[in-house]
Amino acid sequence: MSQVASRPASSSPVAASTGRFQRWLNRDGWKRLVAGIPYFWLLVFFLAPFFIVSVISVSKFTYSIPPFTIPSNWAELKANFNINFGYIINDSLYYTGYLNSIKIAAISTVFCLLLGYPMAYGIARSSGSTRNILLLLVILPFWTSFLLRIYAWIGLLGNNGTINNVLLYLGIIDQPMQMMNTDFAVYIGIVYSYLPFMILPLYANLERLDTSLTEAAMDLGSSPSRTFFDVTLPLSIPGIIAGSMLVFIPATGEYVIPVLLGAGDSPMIGRVLYDEFSLNTDWPVASAVAVVLLMLLVVPIMMFNHYQAKAEGFE
Amino acid sequence: MQKRSVFLLSVLSFGFAFLYVPILIMMFYSFNSSRLVTVWGGFSTEWYGKLLENDQVIDAALLSLRIAVVSATFATILGTLAGLTLARLGRFKGRTLFSGMISAPLIMPDVITGLSLLLLFVSLESLIGWPTGRGANTVTLAHITFSMAYVAVIIQSRLTSMDNAVEEAAMDLGSTPLRVLWDITLPIIAPAMISGWLLAFTLSLDDLVIASFTNGPGSTTLPMLIFSKVKLGVTPDINALATLIVCVVTIGVIIAGYLMFRAEKQRDRDVQAAFASND
Repeated sequence: MSQVASRPASSSPVAASTGRFQRWLNRDGWKRLVAGIPYFWLLVFFLAPFFIVSVISVSKFTYSIPPFTIPSNWAELKANFNINFGYIINDSLYYTGYLNSIKIAAISTVFCLLLGYPMAYGIARSSGSTRNILLLLVILPFWTSFLLRIYAWIGLLGNNGTINNVLLYLGIIDQPMQMMNTDFAVYIGIVYSYLPFMILPLYANLERLDTSLTEAAMDLGSSPSRTFFDVTLPLSIPGIIAGSMLVFIPATGEYVIPVLLGAGDSPMIGRVLYDEFSLNTDWPVASAVAVVLLMLLVVPIMMFNHYQAKAEGFE
Repeated sequence: MQKRSVFLLSVLSFGFAFLYVPILIMMFYSFNSSRLVTVWGGFSTEWYGKLLENDQVIDAALLSLRIAVVSATFATILGTLAGLTLARLGRFKGRTLFSGMISAPLIMPDVITGLSLLLLFVSLESLIGWPTGRGANTVTLAHITFSMAYVAVIIQSRLTSMDNAVEEAAMDLGSTPLRVLWDITLPIIAPAMISGWLLAFTLSLDDLVIASFTNGPGSTTLPMLIFSKVKLGVTPDINALATLIVCVVTIGVIIAGYLMFRAEKQRDRDVQAAFASND
């Protein structure tokens, strides 16, 4: 209260200080300052690195520090390109890595949607305080360590882990099921850790949905399921797209989950990239793997950006 | 109608059980006295004691905390400016690129971000001699970059949900843009800045992949240490460490959420009182 009252007094003698900087700031300069600083940072630390990755993807691997030589002419660049990207086309490790990643990410996204949609719908339709508590319960795992939540599954899925022990005790199975180091474990891990990313945009979308539309449909004699498929579902497509992209894109490049839970014989591309970088120290091929991965993800990323921009109310 | 709510209720229960039961079981086993993690040997807190004597864990935790505090602070400053830009500056040249650079880090796979930042640091070092070597500093720069995007999104959604009538009124009454920013806009977004800082802090504390790329030898962060141990399997001391981290974060988030909720309520009351006294 007192704060509100005292404010006008403190801001009155502005005209007194009329330095050039001050005048620049008050015209349009402040906008340049506010926008310029983060803009500059992102250009240097987010955009520029992608150009560097593309340059190094056509560099030559050498035993030096750093372990590459940048091409000095067009012929060298072409030769390096053929070598580095040749691996990706010819070596099954790489292309099966990409296919595997896309398959696993896509299937996990579908499972996230199947579980996340009714959850988001249920939260959006619940009343005041229950809704806040449920929302907090969705957001909370988001804050707790991703690595540790994956770690928790190791204890559950192992051959002498909790799930097998319970099933053995109940007599449902008579020998442990192999769940660790399988694709099944990777699916579980991805759905588990990315589920909040699916629920939150869906919830935001469903919560804003105009209930008078569904009520009108019901009043006009539409059955609940019909109303859902004809009214609610089409209106929630932006939320479905945003949630799916938030799951699919990072899951495609996932490293931690396949390393901790997955099988070693058919690695996902994130693991291939990391091993190329750290075990083989072949930075040019690692960069080429990253460039191809980025090209595969460019369409989903554009879709996500478009949705974000639309949500902002621009474009 | 009734049938559908039963369906929703069961999906909700299943979903939340799926999200929480694994963590609870892990916490339960951290109090197991047996070294065999899947066999219950009685209640014990010995693993917590062992943890506090482990210098490696303590050092890694302190390093991670230092990186998290510094990177969250810078990410909040940069992210707030970016959120203001997106929410309040309207259209400007290069806006599409800017909003793209804000939303892309949210979904960019960690391996790509990590590799590209590492290559940037290596290239910068050979071109201008900075940053010299890699370690906590380069990890901090990397964390600022990806977490500022999260802060920007939080600030932006806060600002777009508030209308800017008060800001415009202050401008019309002759206040300078920076004064308006300081006296009106910042208090409005302060709760969002706090949640942004907390999110950036936990993102930094949690990051394994980007830190593994941009780190140098000799500075092991807590996730890197945990990861190297976890690859060898489940051990009771990691269960204890995980339980500690999960509890601290949960309590922190709940307290922060409660304080912000209260501050919000208080501000709403102040605003109403101010309007009432003007009548």
